[in-house]
Amino acid sequence: MFFRMVKGTFIRQKKKLLMIALTVALGASIATAMLNVMLDVGDKINEELKTYGSNITVVPQSSAVISKLYDTEEEDDDAQTEYIKEEKVGELLTIFWANNITDFAPETDTTVTLNNSEVGLVGTWFNHKLEFKKKGSVYTRDTGVINLRSWWDVESGTMLNEQAVSGDKYAMIGRELAEEKNIKAGDIITVSRDGRNEELEIIGVFESGDDDDNMIYTTLSVVQRLTDTVGYIKKIEVSAITSPEDELAIKAAKNPSLLSGDEYDLWYCTAYVSSICFQIQEAIPEASASAIRQIADSEGKILEKTELLMSLITFLSLIGATLGISNLVTSGVMERSQELALLKAVGAKNGQITFLVLTEIIFTSILGTIAGYFLGYGFAQIIGHSVFSSGVEMSGMVAFIVSVLIIFVTLIGSIPAIRMLLRLRPSEVLHGGH
Amino acid sequence: MENLLELKNISKIYGGLKALDNVSLNVRKGEWLAIMGPSGSGKSTMMNIVGCLDKPSTGEVFFDGKDVSKESGKKLTELHRDKIGLVFQQFHLINYLNAVENVMVAQYYHSMPDEQEALEALERVGLKDRAKHLPSQLSGGEQQRVCIARAIINSPQLILADEPTGNLDEANENIVLDIFRRLHKEGTTLVVVTHDPEVGEVAQRIVRLEHGKIVSDRENEHFTD
Repeated sequence: MFFRMVKGTFIRQKKKLLMIALTVALGASIATAMLNVMLDVGDKINEELKTYGSNITVVPQSSAVISKLYDTEEEDDDAQTEYIKEEKVGELLTIFWANNITDFAPETDTTVTLNNSEVGLVGTWFNHKLEFKKKGSVYTRDTGVINLRSWWDVESGTMLNEQAVSGDKYAMIGRELAEEKNIKAGDIITVSRDGRNEELEIIGVFESGDDDDNMIYTTLSVVQRLTDTVGYIKKIEVSAITSPEDELAIKAAKNPSLLSGDEYDLWYCTAYVSSICFQIQEAIPEASASAIRQIADSEGKILEKTELLMSLITFLSLIGATLGISNLVTSGVMERSQELALLKAVGAKNGQITFLVLTEIIFTSILGTIAGYFLGYGFAQIIGHSVFSSGVEMSGMVAFIVSVLIIFVTLIGSIPAIRMLLRLRPSEVLHGGH
Repeated sequence: MENLLELKNISKIYGGLKALDNVSLNVRKGEWLAIMGPSGSGKSTMMNIVGCLDKPSTGEVFFDGKDVSKESGKKLTELHRDKIGLVFQQFHLINYLNAVENVMVAQYYHSMPDEQEALEALERVGLKDRAKHLPSQLSGGEQQRVCIARAIINSPQLILADEPTGNLDEANENIVLDIFRRLHKEGTTLVVVTHDPEVGEVAQRIVRLEHGKIVSDRENEHFTD
């Protein structure tokens, strides 16, 4: 009998219930889309920021100490600079999160004389084929600034392809320096340092939009010869896919030894920038790895603001759904006042009628939530593709959260109708007063 | 004969208006009582109080010897569910349920729905063959008979009818009154609120209300059982 009455309502009030289902579907779809994007946005922003270069820098321990003491990013005095052995670079690919390291390049920079003036010269890998050992096997991997400086715009000539040229006497020059020195692609330049000379062929002129526009980039071995540091490097720039920082990551970044056993395991096995840095230091004990703060800060701020905006949209959509449900359910109860009063007159208790009405509304909401979830899936993909040029991964947890939120919203939205239902007096409705 | 219902000094006040003014009335078990009066005389208010659908502002109501005027809403719901059957002028059938299901609704909220018993109730009002019809497929008289079947399904001590023939033609009015006669013969107590003299004059006892007061209370000398 109960379900016959519920079914009867669905047939008789199908338009009203359809409106409730649509209201719920709209709220659920926005909540689904926003929550899924919110959960996925950290990875998306990470991917976006990855295109802006490295997010971890690895320097010798002593340089790191000096840098921390004097709060400087660079240490110019070669005499005070310690070096990392070049052969250690491959150790990066042996850490737990090696697969998250997308690109890296060792660097040694110095100042050289070019046409009677001093210019910056950076030796690095462009697309170096690195051989490294992992668990007894030898692997190779192409890495270097070709991918790490993906925003470089080569204005003339080409990008230096280490694997396509013989020898190492090649260089790329920044646009501003090239203009100042009137150097073009194909020119041969001579750079000098401490009586050592190197003749370099300019393969291309690039525009970077930063200080690199006044620099010369050449192969690592050229700078190593000029600085008499063959087999050593000054630093490694690393680009890694990381998880957004949270409270655990912040706590660990201060001092991992303060973490409990479980916290440590969770932190170590999560791709936080701090845990990746920690593992790099484990692999290369003489080096110090640290996050490039600017990138990490930007990521945190963007993430925080994006999540706040999405939370606000979700909250407002649920408020809208609550008001919509409230209006629709209340008008539904008003339309059915005679029927509900009759049920009271034949002996139905308030609780039984409330249960009947809520069953109808919650069942309608469930149908609306299912429709809304799939609609929200579509919205999330549209947002993902239009903002991040990739799909948004759907989370099972979001389905659960949205279901709970919608049931909560439905119950809250039904309160005015239930209050009206409880106040309904058969003596007034069925006889029309005194 | 023992009283089923006793109203002692009942008043009902809505705002500044006295719908019932110090009314006292006894209804004996098995009695067929008609409450008559013009519109606004307090008939429906009296019916609501007699049917435990409303409480008096002052005074006491005894049902089967028990004072129910101070009972909670929940207790009153149980009382009119278990002991009172209601018949309305507008029938108030649930339009998406067929005739037998409308009768079973009263069973559902009383105890357990039993289709066989519901069909027997419809048979008593001559509507067993229309059991599967929706209210919209029944005439006004048939709908009122379904309403009566719903009122009697739980074997109440009192049938309370509010203008039961108000929306019926003469033929259907006679059918309904015949059903009331049979119920009275079976020992059911009937209280019929009406402004129609033809309906009132078939009752065993007639009480007349005017301006919220009983102006006459007489046995019907023409009553034929």
